Amino acid sequence: MPTEIDLSDVQRLLREEGAQLVEVLPEREFEQEHLPGAVNVSLKKLTAETVAGLAKSRPVIVYCWDDG
Amino acid sequence: MSPRAAWQLEALGFQRVYDFVGGKIEWLSHGLPTEGTGPHYATAGEVARRDVPTCRFDETAGDIRRALEGSPESLCVVLNQAGVILGRVRARELSGDDSTPILQFMRPGPATVRPREELRPLVERMRKAGVGTILMATAKGRLLGVVHRDDAERLLAGRPNP
Repeated sequence: MPTEIDLSDVQRLLREEGAQLVEVLPEREFEQEHLPGAVNVSLKKLTAETVAGLAKSRPVIVYCWDDG
Repeated sequence: MSPRAAWQLEALGFQRVYDFVGGKIEWLSHGLPTEGTGPHYATAGEVARRDVPTCRFDETAGDIRRALEGSPESLCVVLNQAGVILGRVRARELSGDDSTPILQFMRPGPATVRPREELRPLVERMRKAGVGTILMATAKGRLLGVVHRDDAERLLAGRPNP
């Protein structure tokens, strides 16, 4: 079950565990501004092929604009 | 959107999947670095104050008075059990009788904005309407904070229009 986390958890996972960031917003919004090092996989394109570049051994943090 | 993506990644075999609830808005609101081509519009989420006095709809004027004590805010947001905004009460609108139920004097259905709302046109609309504050909420109406027009104007004064 995915775990909901806040900003301090994100920073810790990035710093200590090499977490991977995935922005699930549309490409245009990602191109304009995204978190450092994030990759873009929009929800509609999230398949085994599009996430093949992510390491399953490391944590994955997904985000969009907010929890709305 | 991100909760669904998190579940989908789990279904694809990822063992440690996290959903950053505050998302890009929370990251930006802390002034943390970003990458991208821009333009980088200032948003409501960057300037909103998160520590807003709140009360439950089944409380009384006395409860609001206590919630406002020591707070820099002059408004109290009325919430239900799920944290959804039902109304707002300004300090000056408080009933003199501490036992008066909130529902008798709160203003229902206050306007809200989303965190990603572009700040410059929002401030313009607030100016035209003579509004000093506006609540910020999720799409489901859960309270996130309050935007003060003067805070927003200060932020925009130091940031060129992209």
